[in-house]
Amino acid sequence: MSDTLTAPRPAAPLGDLGVMVRRATTLTIRNGDALITSLALPIMLMLLFVYLFGGAIQTGTAYVTYVVPGVIMLCASFGASLTAVVVTHDMTNGIMDRFRSMDVRGAAVLGGHVVASTARNLVSTLLVLGVAFLIGFRPSASFVDWLAAAGLLLVAIVALSWASAAVGLLAKTPEAAGGFTFFVMFLPYPSSAFVPVDTMPAWIHGFADNQPFTPLIEALRGFLLGTPVGDSAWVALAWCTGILAISVAATGRLFKRRTA
Amino acid sequence: MPGEPAIEATGLTKSYGSVPVLNGISLHVPPGSVFSLLGPNGAGKTTTVRILTTLTSPDAGSARVAGHDVERDRGLVRRSISLTGQDTALDEVQTGAENLLMMGRLCRLSRRAATRRAAELLEQFDLREAGARRISTYSGGMRRRLDLAASLIVRPAVIFLDEPTTGLDPRSRAAMWTVITDLARSGVTIFLTTQYLEEADKLADRIALVDGGRIVAEGTATQLKQQVSGHRLDLTLTDRAAFDALAAGLRDRALLPDRERLSLSVATDGTAGHVRALLDTLDPARTAVTRFAVHSATLDDVFLALTGHATATPDKERAGV
Repeated sequence: MSDTLTAPRPAAPLGDLGVMVRRATTLTIRNGDALITSLALPIMLMLLFVYLFGGAIQTGTAYVTYVVPGVIMLCASFGASLTAVVVTHDMTNGIMDRFRSMDVRGAAVLGGHVVASTARNLVSTLLVLGVAFLIGFRPSASFVDWLAAAGLLLVAIVALSWASAAVGLLAKTPEAAGGFTFFVMFLPYPSSAFVPVDTMPAWIHGFADNQPFTPLIEALRGFLLGTPVGDSAWVALAWCTGILAISVAATGRLFKRRTA
Repeated sequence: MPGEPAIEATGLTKSYGSVPVLNGISLHVPPGSVFSLLGPNGAGKTTTVRILTTLTSPDAGSARVAGHDVERDRGLVRRSISLTGQDTALDEVQTGAENLLMMGRLCRLSRRAATRRAAELLEQFDLREAGARRISTYSGGMRRRLDLAASLIVRPAVIFLDEPTTGLDPRSRAAMWTVITDLARSGVTIFLTTQYLEEADKLADRIALVDGGRIVAEGTATQLKQQVSGHRLDLTLTDRAAFDALAAGLRDRALLPDRERLSLSVATDGTAGHVRALLDTLDPARTAVTRFAVHSATLDDVFLALTGHATATPDKERAGV
């Protein structure tokens, strides 16, 4: 052993985050099943809605155009929720203890997963958009609209990924964390993602109008299709910031509790 | 810092909920020695390691590792130690070399230095060929070796090994022992937990027997064996009545009583005179004992004599207790 290796290591949180992003990305790419599911599922759902259900749904525009913002959100939320599974995995298989004993901050490990999740989701969003274009999606967005849509989506993905990381810290087993992805996948249905809310039974309007996915999808729709955005972008942004703030605070506390 | 102990713990206690796990553990480990915490599942070994490696806080008591307080100077302790836990702390889908490179980077080595160090360690731990393969293809023994290698990227002052050979086949266990012996020879302090008496006997300079969150005895293997008589007399009785009568008469002196098999043991110095005298005292009518056998004392006997039960109990400690 060379003697330089005995030098004490100064704390380097940013360097650690870089290593952890790289690690999480490698894990994502090599967990073939999860990757294929998170990329293929949204596309299959979109084809399902456009070709099987779309003919029966009246939204006032070409259904593919109506549904794409919803599919993008569904894709993002499902993709982000997979973070819960990898975080629980890290917490239960001993590697988190090794990282902590090496003086790596828990936030760096979780941050690595969130960054990798965000990158994976942006790729799957691009794939969904690509297929959408092929089957007739014709947005009327200007460059600035695209930027606004991308920015909002980015904030949403980061917020949902942190929320998933918090769930991952809460879950006792990766299987339990997997159940969360299921819940998140269903949340966009009672929103304006696939059908207009006013076609739903009245008792569900309260929930559908006021859950975070509706303003998110309405804002995306507004940016991409030129429908009125109204205050939905701000409401959506408020939701995302709120979720992000609560999630970051929650992960800090949960991590401490879990490692007590 | 010369003269300072590598590990010093005083009165560590810890409960999980209402379940007490540690009931006042005190330790003193001189630098450069191999110290083993020996005990059955659930004795508190892993919890002790977790406290000494700053992963969990004691309810009471204090500990210093490599001269730093485990509560106040967590960062300094963490930079002085390495931990190899019971679970393989590696990424299954990364290769051996990639895992080591990642750990090297987390030890703040440059990419080049980390790559070079990974290659060295793979060579040293006889994993050069396996370095390019994913961990998911490794055998249990290879995982443990790589796991240990991953904790040696930067030379630590104190190495913690939590049950390094649990679940390994005899050949892999022997290979791990060689690796640990080599490490000990390099002068590093090693803190080892095990439920195998043979392992502690073979590797450790000093052994602490731990049971129910307490240290019940401490010393070298030889000193501990001297705490019980040098030998053990195993007796087989004729029937239940004879067994019950003898067990009742011996009380605490009866070791390993087994009512089903009608067998129990007593301590002896192993000389013919003592064995003869014992047999005469225990079975004056010469009808109760059918067979006897004399064994040299093992650490097992020490454990039994001190705790009243054997080390290997089919229990689970993996939950982190």
